[in-house]
Amino acid sequence: MTDRALAVVRAGALTTVQDGGRPGYAHLGVPRSGALDAPAAALANRLVGNPAGAAVLETTLDGCAVRPRSAVVAAVTGAPCPVTVNGGPVAWGAPVRVPAGAVLEAGAAVGGVRSYVAVLGGVAVEPVLGSRSTDLLSGLGPAPLTDGTVLPLGRPVAGQHARVDVAPQPGPPTELVLRVTLGPRDDWFTAEALRTLGTRVYRVSPASNRIGLRTEGPALERARTGELPSEGVVLGAVQVPPDGRPVVFLADHPTTGGYPVVGVIRPADLAPAAQALPGTPVRFVVVRHR
Amino acid sequence: MRVLRVGDDALLVEVASGEEAQALHAELKRRRAEGLLRVTEIVPAARTVLLDGLSDPARLAAELTSAELPPAPPPSRQAVEIPVRYDGPDLAEVAAHWGVGEAEVPRIHAAAEFRVAFCGFAPGFGYLTGLPARYEVPRRATPRTAVPAGAVALAGPYTGVYPRSSPGGWQLIGTTDTVLFDHTRVPAALLTPGTRVRFVPVGAGDAAVPAGPGGAV
Repeated sequence: MTDRALAVVRAGALTTVQDGGRPGYAHLGVPRSGALDAPAAALANRLVGNPAGAAVLETTLDGCAVRPRSAVVAAVTGAPCPVTVNGGPVAWGAPVRVPAGAVLEAGAAVGGVRSYVAVLGGVAVEPVLGSRSTDLLSGLGPAPLTDGTVLPLGRPVAGQHARVDVAPQPGPPTELVLRVTLGPRDDWFTAEALRTLGTRVYRVSPASNRIGLRTEGPALERARTGELPSEGVVLGAVQVPPDGRPVVFLADHPTTGGYPVVGVIRPADLAPAAQALPGTPVRFVVVRHR
Repeated sequence: MRVLRVGDDALLVEVASGEEAQALHAELKRRRAEGLLRVTEIVPAARTVLLDGLSDPARLAAELTSAELPPAPPPSRQAVEIPVRYDGPDLAEVAAHWGVGEAEVPRIHAAAEFRVAFCGFAPGFGYLTGLPARYEVPRRATPRTAVPAGAVALAGPYTGVYPRSSPGGWQLIGTTDTVLFDHTRVPAALLTPGTRVRFVPVGAGDAAVPAGPGGAV
């Protein structure tokens, strides 16, 4: 096998391959998928000199360790964590050189949830419908990493890795503020429920995942009973299931749904949502459409 | 036609019926094909069409609100044929809902001509309409934790075929060996919105009966 490959030494709790996802197939029931903290993934790629859409590794809480078969430039971004090469500390949020056969480890996150590991050339597993992303809802793309998985790396493009010591990144949120535009189904809720949504504090539920950020807090009361016929749902939709607790749809969300969507959060607030630990307070701030 | 804002970049267009939704979907696809509409996703559903990835949703909303919807175009010429063994565990329950004998269920189901109204739930899962309204059935009171791939099932006005094993609450009436979704195939999904579909009954031993375009593989 080619030496342009990464062997997974420690897969961690949940590490997946992610790129920009596969938008454009929602009409076939195919979720968009892709990196949850897209700016962090793009930064990791920029740091090593990859195009923004190259595939990276997305870790969950406890990082991962990989061993490249040839010398590579790598970068770890997103949730801050100790980064080591063969056990020696190196910079987080900066390009680092990893010799052939050395172990690059992203340790447990000291804040936030998801770290991103980019390697020059990008993870080059076979794309599915134009994307290398693992989609945990429908099972498209590569399976989550397991110890011993070997991932092919792509050829580096002519670019240069960034000449920076450490790139500035937003810290993980201690309070998640989600700006939300109301609709399309805000009329399915009482005026009191809409006041509750905009004023009360929720918390991130431990049941959150790549499909949705679940919340705990006051239930939103419906003004209408009955079922909503299935309709298309967008990334960032705030869907309200029968228990009344809002769920914010993240990258692996289903493409259609039958529970009313009370509002949609601004795209810029998706990255902080991807880094909010269970228990983090959540405030929804109602804003007008642009 | 009612146009609802969905975030800053999307619109949900709501119409009165499934037929209107299909006509609207066809019209929006035509506009996109002719370069009149720039949009990332056009997602038809039961009574709506979602447009996502719009640069100026407010302007399009105003335009659509006053637009006349042209009639639905004629359906695609050739129907996809799906061979089915009508051997599902819920045949008796469906027969009871329909008020017919169990042997009548395959005859009635296979006589209908279906159309993919929309997709969702899983890649390649189509919601097919075509059964007369009197044959609507409720979902099962308790969903199954695992419905096998290829299960042909009914719920509400819809027929669907499970592309892969998954939990499900639909009433199972049969089984097909046809592959509904294969990402290595072009196109990956056998059933896309607007596709005509017929179910062709086969005997228990005839699993490999050749099908029409995109049939059993």
